[in-house]
Amino acid sequence: MVDAYSRVVAIVAAILLLAAGAAGAQQLEEVELVPAKNDPGNVASLQRGARNFMNYCSGCHSAKYVRYNVIARDLMLQEQQVIENLMFNAEKTFETIEASMPSDAAERWFGRQPPDLSLIARSRGTDYIYNFLRGFYLDPESPTGVDNRFLPNTAMPNVLWRLQGYQKAVYEPADAASGGVPKFSHFESVTTGALSAEDFDAFVRDTVNFLEYISEPVRATRRVLGVWVLIFLGFFFIVAKMLKNQIWKDVS
Amino acid sequence: MARIESEIGKPQGGFSKWINDRFPLLDTIRYHATEYYASKNFNFWYVFGVLALTVLVIQLVTGIFLTMNYKPSAEDAFASIEYIMRDVDFGWLIRYMHSTGASFFFIVVYLHMFRAMLYGSYKSPRELIWIIGMLIFFVLMAEAFAGYLLPWGNMSYWGAQVIISLFGAIPFVGDALVEFIKGDYSISDITLNRFFALHVVALPLALIGLVFVHIVALHHVGSNNPDGIEIKEHKGPDGAPLDGVAFHPYHTSKDLVAIIVFLMVFFFVVFFAPTMGGYFLEHANFDPANTKATPEHIAPVWYFTPYYAILRAVPNKLWGAILMASAVLLPMFLPWLDRSRVKSIRYRGWIYRIALGLFAVSFLALGWLGLQPATGVYVTFARVFSILYFAFFLLMPYYTTIDKTKPVPERVVYHG
Repeated sequence: MVDAYSRVVAIVAAILLLAAGAAGAQQLEEVELVPAKNDPGNVASLQRGARNFMNYCSGCHSAKYVRYNVIARDLMLQEQQVIENLMFNAEKTFETIEASMPSDAAERWFGRQPPDLSLIARSRGTDYIYNFLRGFYLDPESPTGVDNRFLPNTAMPNVLWRLQGYQKAVYEPADAASGGVPKFSHFESVTTGALSAEDFDAFVRDTVNFLEYISEPVRATRRVLGVWVLIFLGFFFIVAKMLKNQIWKDVS
Repeated sequence: MARIESEIGKPQGGFSKWINDRFPLLDTIRYHATEYYASKNFNFWYVFGVLALTVLVIQLVTGIFLTMNYKPSAEDAFASIEYIMRDVDFGWLIRYMHSTGASFFFIVVYLHMFRAMLYGSYKSPRELIWIIGMLIFFVLMAEAFAGYLLPWGNMSYWGAQVIISLFGAIPFVGDALVEFIKGDYSISDITLNRFFALHVVALPLALIGLVFVHIVALHHVGSNNPDGIEIKEHKGPDGAPLDGVAFHPYHTSKDLVAIIVFLMVFFFVVFFAPTMGGYFLEHANFDPANTKATPEHIAPVWYFTPYYAILRAVPNKLWGAILMASAVLLPMFLPWLDRSRVKSIRYRGWIYRIALGLFAVSFLALGWLGLQPATGVYVTFARVFSILYFAFFLLMPYYTTIDKTKPVPERVVYHG
């Protein structure tokens, strides 16, 4: 019975922890996300996003469900263009995107394997990724020299620092209202990058756009097909309704 | 004329006779369709039975095609779903239809059950239809739960973890039972395999068998109607009920319209909002199962959340599980809890109307609360609505007795 009792206590504790976690999650949501405003229908943006992804992400991150020839087809590129400009570590266009970094090295360097990005836009949302990629700031205590406002203690370094430049987080002084915790105010640029702030945001937006595309390559197809299916059902409805009225006309 | 005379000379019946001498094909069609009479005044609420059958067919057919490419192993399951979504021709359509179908199954079944409560369809002589229907509902819940583990996403894993652990709250046998269900000390490849077997073989067989029996029982006693009147009590000289029309072609032609409208809604979701903002396909389930990373906020899919909210409203886990199970089981006793002399809400008094309204509000509110974190004011509300939910059933023998009913007309109300 003691065992049963302790189990119940453990379970209740687990539920409380879950509740606390959920409450914590709510607080996390209070970190305001700037909308990404990306448009998966914009093929030029997706092409730029593919370039950004292969140059800045695929060194460490795989997209192991995404094939190069599908990208070529959907982004209106010649396979030769894909082979020359996007395929850095693959032989054939039907291969999927693998990270260049060996996984054991990843474990050793970063403590964990960088996540596969095939579905990241569906699991985290585009707004989150857009903010995350813009949210690195200098933190001398971090091994990578930076931390992220949207994923504290992230193992990921700021791979876009050459483009963005470094920024630091500016806090409002702690007061009673904030419970003695300094409140985040804004980012302040420390060094300038190769891109202006607007161009950098556009760069990240294109990248996020590509991530949304690879998370569901069939998105555009299903919307087009859906219109036809609904039009067909609309006609079918009219015919069925007329048939029903005809059959029921004598029922009183 | 000459042609017809020459034909009369031949043996009559042909292939049709050959069949019917060996199998009661025509008798079956007559009994279940062309001479099965159902009230002519069926309204909106009466379409959900045939819609449930429609969704069942959608789930069976899409399920078969998914099984052709799905791999039931912890190693491959998640990747095989993405293979279906990306590489199999129209795999995405089959998969979205199946995942959307799961949610629509519950929408349709909940409305079907609510219809029975509106018009007293569970009352004598239809108690057994109701009980079989409740058994279908239980099997459907098990089917949905088993199916939800199969994509092997992180929410699949942790959702199953939470629900299976509920059995651990049962005194004495709890631990052994949990181990028996999982087939392992934790949710693993073994669990996934047995859930696959249950989801694609055992439970669908049970489901189809129960649905068959549900319809046989229904056609034996005849359908109820919005007036709650037995149409068989007023028959014409031909022996057909005066207020009834043949299931085929009358109700079939009407049902076809309903099915098309339903499919328009269904396919709108499939093509334009397959995740339904994270309610039909949860965001966390696009991450593969990870034993080391709990999702920020574990909630079952929306159709289980009313019961989940009741579970979490109770501070004690064992009692929470008991109350949750009771909440699922209680509707089964409706035929005996309801003491009213009339069936339909049209002729019931204000007490039942208010009670049913409060019940509907409580069920929806609990469903919403089950998706929220179990903290502070949410728990308080969940407790209030849980009490209302149980009060609807437990006080029913009392309030349906004192409720003033209106006189029931002899014949059904039909406006053409």
